[in-house]
Amino acid sequence: MKVTPTETAGQRLGRTTRRRAAESVVRVLIYAAGLLSIVILLAIAVFLFVEARRSIAEVGLGTMLTGTKWFPTGTPKIFGFLPLIIGSLMVTGVALVVFVPVGIGAAVYISEFSAGWLKEVTKTVIEFMAAVPSVVYGFLGVAVLIPWVKTAFGLTSGMTALTGGLVLGVMSLPTVISISEDALHAVPDALRQGSLALGNTRWQTAYKVVVPSASSGIFAGVMLGLGRAIGETMAVLMLTGNAAVIPTNIFESVRTMTGTIAAEMGEVVFGGLHYSVLFSVGLVLFGITFVINLAADLVLERQRKRWRR
Amino acid sequence: MSVRPTRARRARLVEAIMKVVTGACVALVIGTALFVLGKIVAAGLPGISLDFLFSKPGMGMRAGGIFPVIVGTLMLVALTAVLVLPLGIMAGIYLAEYAPRNLLTRIVRLSIANMAGVPSIVYGLFGLAVFVLLMHFGKSLLASALTLTCLTLPVVITSTEEALRQVPTDLRQAALALGATRWRAIYKVVLPAAAPGIVTGSILGLSRAAGETAPILVTGAAFFLPTLPNSVFSQYMSLPYHLYVLATQVPNVPPEITWGTAFVLVAGVSVVSMIAAAWRSVQRRKVKW
Repeated sequence: MKVTPTETAGQRLGRTTRRRAAESVVRVLIYAAGLLSIVILLAIAVFLFVEARRSIAEVGLGTMLTGTKWFPTGTPKIFGFLPLIIGSLMVTGVALVVFVPVGIGAAVYISEFSAGWLKEVTKTVIEFMAAVPSVVYGFLGVAVLIPWVKTAFGLTSGMTALTGGLVLGVMSLPTVISISEDALHAVPDALRQGSLALGNTRWQTAYKVVVPSASSGIFAGVMLGLGRAIGETMAVLMLTGNAAVIPTNIFESVRTMTGTIAAEMGEVVFGGLHYSVLFSVGLVLFGITFVINLAADLVLERQRKRWRR
Repeated sequence: MSVRPTRARRARLVEAIMKVVTGACVALVIGTALFVLGKIVAAGLPGISLDFLFSKPGMGMRAGGIFPVIVGTLMLVALTAVLVLPLGIMAGIYLAEYAPRNLLTRIVRLSIANMAGVPSIVYGLFGLAVFVLLMHFGKSLLASALTLTCLTLPVVITSTEEALRQVPTDLRQAALALGATRWRAIYKVVLPAAAPGIVTGSILGLSRAAGETAPILVTGAAFFLPTLPNSVFSQYMSLPYHLYVLATQVPNVPPEITWGTAFVLVAGVSVVSMIAAAWRSVQRRKVKW
């Protein structure tokens, strides 16, 4: 702050007042921006509901949620979500089987056994995997995994819940690994040293002391990976074949909630019943991921408090 | 006493086995990433030429290049940046500098964490209902950019807050002691010190946005356009959507065109974000408070 000799006391005072005024304007703007995230999240919920209202009134939420058939363009039109919900769950289940053991195993190795340089390498690798767009994973699945699944299991089509789930599992790995590794890293070294001093091996230390201490963070990582998998759109749209029938095993084609919205929103009349039903699907999806994320976040928060001491 | 107790020997054996098992998980992850990278480079690089990058698609997208697709993506990302950066950085400043420790702040934090987990197709529905239809922006660059703004906001907020928190309190106190108001201290001292972190975090968020397909699918991306977008109310072509179209909607596309498009998308998105991440860790090591 330069004070020139020609400036009078009055001018200086004026400048201070101006700055104070600017300060309070800025403060209002910053507070408004701070609250923006609440506003957007609420707005998402409200507008999904507003657009879904027509379908809830005309078809009924219960009928949609328990309906076993999805014929949105047939006569009569039937809007049952069960094939879509079960499709999403099946694909996510396959993904879970991939990313839980591989993700946690990798996180344990990186945190407990690996050398410093390997940590840097895996960090870069995970950043790369997280940066690759989902449509690219979908395309790679189309080019590589669909033909492989078809021949390996002797199927007529390689577009199955298994194909989509495998790719989703890979896509969720960065989330699971980075959050689990953070949780393992946050465990105080004193615990490790105590365990090693008692004669435990590094694995016994990891298995009996470090992983249990970090279990809530690892759980949160798995939940966030799950949320990512269930909400993923492009890869499943491209890989699962999109047959809207309740699947009986993972070698069948499935249609997920996300895939349904993406595939059908282009063909509906805006404001029509089908349009409104798709918003109901969105509302269900939003509800599921909201609960998953909230659970993960509350668990993470608790863990943060625990190690702050 | 020369024979080790069997329990200890067994524990060592288990340790060796588990090291191999968990190590195999790491190897699997790295192997998958290398496969993804290798496949895209090997199959995509041969299709890349100046002609491919700077000419229009032709013959029902079975020939020619991807120039309008690249331009559309860049315009969308630029518009998103203009919208999201001021909002996200201000919200980050709120959390790091102004927010009191109370229930409201906790709810703000929960909302941000939750926004980050909302499926991208749900953002698409929201954008369709609010920006395309309610606000009458139509399917357009603006509607898509606003949708991507909502989607990217949590990333920008979180990285801004994190960067601001790493600036030591001494700097703020020194500025305040010199008579600066709170905002001037932030604007003149804290923000410049935190700039590298904020810039990197924002680039990471925006590169994620550039690769999103589902939200723009319903808010404005076009299957094919003969001309470049000429205003924010135009539709546009975009790399991720174009890749989806080539891979699933158009039969008999020559593979070098599809793989070339995938290569440009991955190169653009991941190279930019990896450079940004590397630059941030260099900056972190260089600046010692």
